[in-house]
Amino acid sequence: MSTINDVNICIATPNGSGSASANNILFKSIFKMGIPCSSKNMFPSNIQSMPTWYEIRASSAGFGSRKDVIDVMVTFNPETGASDVGKLRENGLLLYDTGACEESWLSRNDIQKIGFPATELSKQIPNAKIRSKLRNMIYVGVISSLFGISREVLIAVLRDTFGDKPEVIESNLMAIELGSKWVEENQVTQDICTLVTIEGGNKGKILSDGNTCSALGAIYGGVSVVAWYPITPSSSLAETMEKYLPELRMDEDKNPTYAVIQAEDEIAAAGIITGAGWAGARAMTATSGPGLSLMNEMIGLAYFTEIPSSYFIVQRGGPSTGLPTRTQQSDILSMYFASHGDTRHVILLPHDLQTCFEFSKLCLDLADQLQTPVFFASDLDLGMNIRPSEPLELKSPSLNRGKLIHEKDIEAQGNQFRRYFDLDGDGIPQRTIPGNQHPKAVYFCSGAGHNADAKRSEDPGDYKELLDRLLKKNHTARLLAPQPLVETSETSRIGMISFGSSVEAVREARHRMNQDGIKTSHLTLLALPLSPLVKDFIQKHEITLIVEQNRDGQVASIVRMDWPELAQKIDSVLVYDGLPVTAGSVHRLSMEKLGGKLL
Amino acid sequence: MSEAKEFLNRLNLAEKDYSGAPSTMCQGCGHDAISASIRKAFYDSSIDPKQVIKLSGIGCSSKTPAYFLGKAFGINTVHGRMSAVATGAIVANHTLLPIGVSGDGDTSAIGLGNFCHMIRRNLNFTYIIENNGVYGLTKGQFSATADKGTALKKGKINQNEAIDLCELAITMGATFVARSFSGDRKQLAPLIQAALAHKGLAILDVLSPCVTFNNHEGSKKSLKNIRAHLDPIHDIDFMPGAELIEVDYKKGSETEVVLYDGSIVTLKKLHENYDPMNKMGAILELNQAKTDGKFLTGLIYFEPNRPTFTEQLDIRGTALAYLPEDKLRPSIKHLDAINKKLSM
Ligand SMILES: Cc1ncc(C[n+]2csc(CCOP(=O)(O)OP(=O)(O)O)c2C)c(N)n1
Ligand code: SF4
Ligand SMILES: [Mg+2]
Repeated sequence: MSTINDVNICIATPNGSGSASANNILFKSIFKMGIPCSSKNMFPSNIQSMPTWYEIRASSAGFGSRKDVIDVMVTFNPETGASDVGKLRENGLLLYDTGACEESWLSRNDIQKIGFPATELSKQIPNAKIRSKLRNMIYVGVISSLFGISREVLIAVLRDTFGDKPEVIESNLMAIELGSKWVEENQVTQDICTLVTIEGGNKGKILSDGNTCSALGAIYGGVSVVAWYPITPSSSLAETMEKYLPELRMDEDKNPTYAVIQAEDEIAAAGIITGAGWAGARAMTATSGPGLSLMNEMIGLAYFTEIPSSYFIVQRGGPSTGLPTRTQQSDILSMYFASHGDTRHVILLPHDLQTCFEFSKLCLDLADQLQTPVFFASDLDLGMNIRPSEPLELKSPSLNRGKLIHEKDIEAQGNQFRRYFDLDGDGIPQRTIPGNQHPKAVYFCSGAGHNADAKRSEDPGDYKELLDRLLKKNHTARLLAPQPLVETSETSRIGMISFGSSVEAVREARHRMNQDGIKTSHLTLLALPLSPLVKDFIQKHEITLIVEQNRDGQVASIVRMDWPELAQKIDSVLVYDGLPVTAGSVHRLSMEKLGGKLL
Repeated sequence: MSEAKEFLNRLNLAEKDYSGAPSTMCQGCGHDAISASIRKAFYDSSIDPKQVIKLSGIGCSSKTPAYFLGKAFGINTVHGRMSAVATGAIVANHTLLPIGVSGDGDTSAIGLGNFCHMIRRNLNFTYIIENNGVYGLTKGQFSATADKGTALKKGKINQNEAIDLCELAITMGATFVARSFSGDRKQLAPLIQAALAHKGLAILDVLSPCVTFNNHEGSKKSLKNIRAHLDPIHDIDFMPGAELIEVDYKKGSETEVVLYDGSIVTLKKLHENYDPMNKMGAILELNQAKTDGKFLTGLIYFEPNRPTFTEQLDIRGTALAYLPEDKLRPSIKHLDAINKKLSM
């Protein structure tokens, strides 16, 4: 029962062994053939020698989440060989190196096995130094011949990848050919899947990861101060900015229109962007959960004194070190209520490359518009795994600086300016920045209690008024932030809500449920605080399942807090083992939840 | 008319143009005297308050920026984080003149890490520590600058080594390090003027007695004990300058230090052989003073011409905060090229 363009290949290797490059070439080749595909890198928190798995999924139907079934397993890691073989589906295909294999791996009789002498073949690679790394390219060669990836495609991808290094291209190609020739000479075949070129498929599409698109979005969003402290999985966001900024953001005198500061810790990073935001820069930081914890005090100051600042949080398994290289959506409440005292924040929830790009700019815009810290909540799966997308589109190029006013504005309004006064009922006051020469522009910014004129005050009335206005601002954000995408079907009694990296798996799970005759509606949540549309959606359905990658249903708890009357109408589907969520788990857990309720 | 004019500076501003809100410090608190010296320094140097930003952390000392230069923008940050917030503010707008006030607790305890890193960067910033050896605002606990052997009001003796912020600053690479005393306006005001004129980070550790919690018998930072053990290394004079003059370090009894903006600091030596440009010498003298129970004051260390943080970042011209939109947005053409590259 061989498929066309439907396969999930898992490659198990020790990390740091050069397999990343081989896997990348293989994945890009399938993409280049025009086949819908996606990849998931499940790597350890380690630099060399610990087990890592890379999954490449080709899906003729165009589903991009991690597949719950492994069709092909490449075992190149002796340490995990035995358990890796166990993960393979019935009739699946095991590919292994006959020179580095243990008896126990071969005990399963319900699978196909192809052993090839990778270690032996690699001895033909003349340069001994790169031999062990290039041994990985041999499985690329074996897979390409077995599944139908042409030499031309491979060469094109090698050229794209290694560009102007012909010797690297050549050595890689040689290793690939050792594998493919072995397949041809031994006339080995498989009946799992054939990869067939789709003319025009993937045409114009890009391959990238969320962090890269966020970095680009922030650069196009006019970020001018970036402060950060290295932490997985957010480092690559800041590092990608450092890569692109010199190219994109030099003025005509070759002076940078930005500053990137690697801070001494996350406390400093948050302090730096708060200072920069107060002084009028478009400022951001990127971190993950542990960094967010350290930033908490500063976030409170910025919230209370209304300083624009953007926090890009790429979530991972917590707490503390937790599972630093695995994915989760478990910092939602840490962001939502970050800091002490009465706080409540705005969070943007991107779910694909375009929203990573768009919302990064939007994050800077909203921070300026709302004069508050705004969070961009990504996660490791979305941030770091390579996936295809339509080209990035800059939908609203101009920068929104909100109610930032200058000398002439103060003049125009009769030489009046009150820093913390709500002029027009949206809770958002006007703002001036240092350097403004108007005598009325100056105010003293303080985390201490203050009144509408920014004068220090411990008056209970002033304090309550301020807290209420800040809440009003948060209510304004319910409609100002991106509104959820709703896909309803008149006949469905079941609603599903998902966000971030779960959205793609939920799409596929709903497809499967639909095939079982269970119709569902779906709401893609794009931001917090919740839009009133979420309430409408939940009200319309008998039951709404909220899918999240955390243990306690953090978004569901916000729904219950906002609308306690809806508490009985929602339930949670929770996946939190740290691996990218699969459609299978969402499907199974959803059916379990629904079982007792509707069916 | 002509009489009033005598009290105007080069910008035609009067001293009162440098005042702020009424102080809420305890009567006689050293911090108030420092605020007065700050006002005087800005007035004497004819600095436009609209070009100044004021920063602080949290503590009694950190409240004081509200009490000077009411016409300047200011920000009270969180405890110990003025250095980080200042870093961001100065990077966002390097064209303004920043001054910060912190306490010894704010700087030497909770904020020590960030303080050290700010120094390493040579941020163009005047950083004043109002050092009373205790946490004033939380009612008199020891801070990390409390001298070894000093006693709290209720008798508790500090057994730990004190952090000498001047010594630390020199070690971390500060380019202007001074110590002074709140009660010595003749020395303090010109030192602040010099610090403001210095291009790079200026640390001023100013002894500032807490009259409420640390002014008793047995306290080494009481007004009486400080006065009795002051050891100025030179008399200092400051002449704000406009034109740049050749740098000239005279030998003999007078040292003239010409600052970046042409201002001249004249140091009349009281210590034979003290050279404020000798790093190791400065550290040795600070140590000797500590052993002798003395408070060495004056311009302790000075190093001109090291690139500031914003210079290291190549930030020049218009402040980042004031860049117009077209400077902040790359062209769509570039995005097309990036898309193309990512599409292989
Ligand atoms: C995170 C945090 N911890 C503790 C405090 C309480 N606190 C306020 S001021 C202060 C000490 C201030 O001492 P110092 O900096 O020496 O200033 P002084 O009052 O002596 O001028 C402390 C511990 C705080 N505000 N924030
Ligand atoms: S408690 Fe001490 S430091 Fe604070 S205002 Fe009073 S005298 Fe000054
Ligand atoms: Mg103190």
